[in-house]
Amino acid sequence: MAKSSASIRTAMGKVRFLGSAKSGTADAWNMRLTSLALIPLSLAFVAIVLQLCGKDYAAARAELGHPVPAIIMLLFVLAGIFHMKIGMQSIIDDYVHDALLKEWSLIANLFFSVCIGLACIYAVLKLSFA
Amino acid sequence: MSQVESSGSGLEQRRPLSPHLQIYRPMLTMMMSITHRITGIMLYFGTLLLAWLLIAASMGADAYATAVSFVNSIPGKLILLGFTWALFHHLLGGIRHAIWDSGHGFGHPQREWLAQATLIGGILLTAGAWGIAYFIS
Repeated sequence: MAKSSASIRTAMGKVRFLGSAKSGTADAWNMRLTSLALIPLSLAFVAIVLQLCGKDYAAARAELGHPVPAIIMLLFVLAGIFHMKIGMQSIIDDYVHDALLKEWSLIANLFFSVCIGLACIYAVLKLSFA
Repeated sequence: MSQVESSGSGLEQRRPLSPHLQIYRPMLTMMMSITHRITGIMLYFGTLLLAWLLIAASMGADAYATAVSFVNSIPGKLILLGFTWALFHHLLGGIRHAIWDSGHGFGHPQREWLAQATLIGGILLTAGAWGIAYFIS
């Protein structure tokens, strides 16, 4: 009989990082949290974009620099970036099977999400403070 | 799955071992599931357009005018239309998933109704938003 503390994982499996990634529950919960936040934030985002239609540059700048639309945009970008990073991660996990390609795709996903998120946040802050 | 023995009428050898896309008849709920994922991918890459617009706005009137002129062009409008529809479709699909997370809506008429509501609602919201935009500008 095996001891109750004995693991059924082989040493090779542990060295090669096989098995559960352990972040699944956190990802699932964060997905639901960001989805919940994005319901009002997406609608507010659409309202902000609609208000920009047909307006000139000065009006656009005034609106995007105003605290309430700017904070909504920042929240939308934060929640959206986190949401899209986890979502694309699921897609890569599902469809990419080659180990090396999967590794690099996951890294590319993380970098893309961070870069786009930071670019948008930078732009909104610059509109608010410059 | 284990291999079928080579003896026999040959029908067993040609029978699929696990049902996949050639077997299942496409149903609305199946199609809605994959479009939920596809609209997610569309939004993922659509953030490039959002980042461009925001950075252009932060840089000055000229950069903003360039970005807006692209959005007003025919390909730009098509991209924006696709992005808007993807946003509303994915939003309503997400609400549908939230209803399922709460345990409701799995039964037979409900899941079909939810799928249809998502599809039609997405189109209506897109038309509504573009109608308002047309009215304003």
